[in-house]
Amino acid sequence: MKDRHCIIIGGSHAAAQLAPSLRQNGWDSDITIIGAEPVLPYHRPPLSKTYLSGDKNIHDILIRPHSFYTDNDIHTMLGDRAESIDRKRKVVVMADGAEIPYTKLALTTGSHVRKIGLPGVDLGGVFYLRELDDVDRIRHYVGRGKKAVIVGGGYIGLETAAALRKLGMDVTVLEALPRVLQRVTAPEVSAFYTRIHREEGVDIVTDTAIGSIQGNGDVNAVTCQDGTVLDADLVIIGIGILPATELAGNAGLEVDNGIVVDEFARTSDHDIVAAGDCTYHYNPIYDRHLRLESVQNAVDQAKVAAATLCGKLEPYSALPWFWSDQYDLKLQIAGLSQGFDQVIIRGDIETSRSFAAFYLREGKLIAVDAVNRPKEFMISKRALMHHFSPDPVKLADDSLKIQDVLKP
Amino acid sequence: MAQITFINADGSSKEVHVEAGTTVMQAAMDNGIDGIIAECGGACSCATCHVYVDESWLPKLEEPSSIEQDMIECVLEPEDNSRLSCQIVVSEDLDGLVVRVPESQY
Repeated sequence: MKDRHCIIIGGSHAAAQLAPSLRQNGWDSDITIIGAEPVLPYHRPPLSKTYLSGDKNIHDILIRPHSFYTDNDIHTMLGDRAESIDRKRKVVVMADGAEIPYTKLALTTGSHVRKIGLPGVDLGGVFYLRELDDVDRIRHYVGRGKKAVIVGGGYIGLETAAALRKLGMDVTVLEALPRVLQRVTAPEVSAFYTRIHREEGVDIVTDTAIGSIQGNGDVNAVTCQDGTVLDADLVIIGIGILPATELAGNAGLEVDNGIVVDEFARTSDHDIVAAGDCTYHYNPIYDRHLRLESVQNAVDQAKVAAATLCGKLEPYSALPWFWSDQYDLKLQIAGLSQGFDQVIIRGDIETSRSFAAFYLREGKLIAVDAVNRPKEFMISKRALMHHFSPDPVKLADDSLKIQDVLKP
Repeated sequence: MAQITFINADGSSKEVHVEAGTTVMQAAMDNGIDGIIAECGGACSCATCHVYVDESWLPKLEEPSSIEQDMIECVLEPEDNSRLSCQIVVSEDLDGLVVRVPESQY
């Protein structure tokens, strides 16, 4: 069966995992990765961290080098855009009209940035941050003593603020909600990050929405909805992402907050799988459907998808986890905290730079945010798989070993 | 250039040649060593690039940072020679390095 062809659309982290996983599972026919960006799949998280700060370059962040793809006979079409999928004829139609036949198709299309319609958003020096090219263009506007306004106090906004501070910029973060990280953490953790950023010289402004952007060719100011005017040489908007579902939707595949897939990463057409940020899928640990924006999900779901395409049905069941590096803070997050009814803080969250916040729901541990606490993260990761109900008093007692407290 | 030998959990092994300055984790990724997952890409955040370093090479490695040390203690089946391969930078001094890949990273 060497005449088959698996096409992977989207040159993402999921694609860089799916292709070699196909080989591991015995796929001996053609594999082609089609990517709209003109570069091999790369690690996206460093874009707002070490790549922006200049500590890492493109070679450092490629997931695999060029030789890996050639050695494993994985074709890449980079800088090429798939326009549509004709499921009846089983072809992918490219932007230039070329048609490429497939036997199996994998969608690893990732996500797009959420955009806002604002006066002045098209001025020079105003950016969203999602792709390598965005950061390369942002660099032209970075400079010691220059002023940056970050719109959005989520992880991308805060990481970007930290990287720009390191580069010597004056940074203001505008958050429309009452606190930063409001959708993803407890108030205590939001207060912690606000304190740290202020200690590092960032101006954090909450409850304040952007109104318009002013400039003459390039940006020079931002006006908030309350009338406040902030000088700005650089504006970066980080207000979330949306799943890239256009190809799937136009091809008639089921889409609902992402491309709907079953536990084997199959879309409503079983010759087509999907993996990563673009999927809406069931998570058995949390017993609900999820769309996740994470490397973990891209990697783990891509493995499941590859196995499926090779006829091995292995259900997807993985614990979501995330990380965020800002200044000297290493935040590691295990699990999903949404729906928590109790937060237990271990360590001094008010004056130190090391603590763990444990999220409980009806007594059961559902997530942890661990800052410079790798042990709490690692041990929690395992405990979370077991729906464990820890003793809250012991959990908060920093003199006890976490290994002993979270022993299921 | 330095030669590194990866010994997989099933006993098979692979010798690879890598440039000085790269990490042992990246060498594994570049050469398809499947037992190294390296989700975080070398940020010392995930501990899915755990390896056992051949004892004779341990004295040639720099000491792990406190973050790495804490992570190592909590991996599956930690040993005295456990390291995160993303934190081992290859140099000419490590030419011939031998590392064992664990059965599982989770």
